[in-house]
Amino acid sequence: MTPPDLLVTNARLLDPEAGTLVAGDLLVRERRIAALGPGLAAPEGARVIDARGHVLAPALIDSCVFRADIAAATAGGIATMLLMPDQTPPLDDPALVERAERLGKPRLWVRPLAAATRRLEGRELADLALMQAAGAVGVATGRGSIADTAVMLRLLRYAGGLGLVTVSHPEDAALVAGTVATEGDMATRLGLPAAPAAAEALAIARDLRLAALTGAPLHIPCVTTAEGVALVRAAKAAEQDVTAATAPPYCLLSDAALAGYRSFARLSPPLRADADRRAVVAALADGTIDMLASRHDPRSSDEKRQPFAEAAPGDAGAALLLPLGLSLVHQGLLSLERLVAAVTLAPARRFGLPGGRLQPDAPADLLLFDPDAPWRVESDRLPGLAGNTPFDGLGVQGRVLLLVKGGEILHSAPEVPCHG
Amino acid sequence: MASATVSAPFPHRHLLAIEGLSRADILQLLDEAEAWVETGRHARKHDDRLAGLTQVNAFFEASTRTLLSFEIAGKRLGADVVNLVASQSSLKKGETLLDTALTLNAMRPDVIVIRHESSGAVALIAEKVDCPVINAGDGRHEHPTQALLDALTIRRRKGRIEGLKVAICGDILHSRVARSNFHLLAALGAEVRAVAPPTLMPHGVERLGARPFTRMDEGLAGADVVMMLRLQLERMDGAWVPSTREYFATFGLTEARLAHAAPDVLVMHPGPMNRGVEIASSVADDIQRSAITEQVEMGVAVRMACLDLLTRARRAERP
Repeated sequence: MTPPDLLVTNARLLDPEAGTLVAGDLLVRERRIAALGPGLAAPEGARVIDARGHVLAPALIDSCVFRADIAAATAGGIATMLLMPDQTPPLDDPALVERAERLGKPRLWVRPLAAATRRLEGRELADLALMQAAGAVGVATGRGSIADTAVMLRLLRYAGGLGLVTVSHPEDAALVAGTVATEGDMATRLGLPAAPAAAEALAIARDLRLAALTGAPLHIPCVTTAEGVALVRAAKAAEQDVTAATAPPYCLLSDAALAGYRSFARLSPPLRADADRRAVVAALADGTIDMLASRHDPRSSDEKRQPFAEAAPGDAGAALLLPLGLSLVHQGLLSLERLVAAVTLAPARRFGLPGGRLQPDAPADLLLFDPDAPWRVESDRLPGLAGNTPFDGLGVQGRVLLLVKGGEILHSAPEVPCHG
Repeated sequence: MASATVSAPFPHRHLLAIEGLSRADILQLLDEAEAWVETGRHARKHDDRLAGLTQVNAFFEASTRTLLSFEIAGKRLGADVVNLVASQSSLKKGETLLDTALTLNAMRPDVIVIRHESSGAVALIAEKVDCPVINAGDGRHEHPTQALLDALTIRRRKGRIEGLKVAICGDILHSRVARSNFHLLAALGAEVRAVAPPTLMPHGVERLGARPFTRMDEGLAGADVVMMLRLQLERMDGAWVPSTREYFATFGLTEARLAHAAPDVLVMHPGPMNRGVEIASSVADDIQRSAITEQVEMGVAVRMACLDLLTRARRAERP
């Protein structure tokens, strides 16, 4: 059944494609954006929401999550999650991909990424064409890179032939085996097994070279070092078909956050030096890094409250993706338009998804947010499967007021009451 | 015969690391330990000031000498000493480390001595228990009582620590003994050198106060103290060093190599030694220069001082 028409009035419309932010209204009809502009009239029977001057943008597309966490997504203004294949069992079979795609219905679009190799072991290619037919929007190596260069070459050739983007984790497998931190003063002081930050550049350089050899599209899901940024920048200058993403912790934290063995700061890839962090922020601002993703990886406190090296890596970031991104905007490091493009249009384009645009006939996946509303992160009250975050106690700004998916209102805050 | 019973209270609840201790804290521990050396040399070695207190030695990683040393230290002070020696694998049968900590705590111990294979694990347990915790070695992080016993040994032999050239040699990357010694020796004003093949040298060792050397002869030149570290034999597997033969040829402490050090050099080793790998038997057994067995004796005295100091507040609370 088609939901009734929805008119959002008095909004600031953020169009990530045009890079504009202008006052206006937006009308939704039959699950699509029907019209945008000033002074739209409410059709008979339409629900009307007064946006009170807040920002209306496409609902967020989180281009990298490890769990399809509906509550966290809704709280974070996310209508689409690209699900990494590291599931139990790994998404290496068309039936599993089909099942994964249905996981979020009706509140969340889950777009699975197919496991590149069987059981993600890095040896035999999985049935990529069959998984593509079952709904996979790309192919991914998962939490680790493929160690065998010949397998990686064939993967890029094969996936490229299917028109699938290969998402390759950028850490040299042998260098990072058994390590939990980045080589540096902090790891030395704490006595933690560490790998040099160059483990990332080595992996990116190899994958870029192999992708250039094959002409296959490559996506690097997590660039975290200055050297990695430089490689991506050079490849883009050479017009190679490459995109990249990073995640908020790599923009906001350095390995100083490990002090006191804070296992909530144990991430994969590990936190880097502060100079790397600054380079990542600059690259996100200038578009070298196309996307900002949460790498949402909810873990129970039993898994996190462990000696640092034994704690599970990862953080639950989906509910914080927008406010942490906005903190870069508020610091003047990133424009609002650029941030929103990095969490909507950029992943939509790269993975051929219908959302991520604020234009007539685009799907009515919409997010209304107040970019200034302040609140404090409390890990034990974070919506979703778990609240493991290195940002506990941090003051942030940015509140989701309204989330619409396919024309249906999933969440609306009391500040923006719905009439009709 | 007993040590000083009146002294300033120790300003730390636990002994988790040397990093974070002041020079005064370290000197207080060494001074009190000094007095306990004499107790150990008497026929009657008991002091019994910890009578009625329960000391749990929870060793999650294999140890012989450190466990024995803590046990003897506790017993000489009259504590009821209980050893929990569990390999990691048996503890991993479902119970988290924090549950283990809560279980231990519920037995109402008065002091817990912990060794664990993971850096930071002892501090994590210390947060969850109501009594003082002594770190007996956590991963590659720290082994504070080892550094204290090393310092006590040096001070007794050399009369001072300040200004001495101390060369710490071998597998520094994986060594908690080296890390604790860097902090302690820097705090007491020694000139510290880190001597290791580049594969076993930690990143940024200078920031721990040590000057790096990758050639043994250069690192030993003029040294007043040489501390050898144990080379774990499994290091050959990970391509850290080629072989014990080559390691001994390049980093083994031999008579000839020791000739580069000061004539009255003191040779130390935290044990257990790999003779013919990091140290030649003739050097290890040289009673003039080797302080290796003395280190073991100092270990008991240092641990007595730590147990006494850390339980003092609790003892004062009792009627």
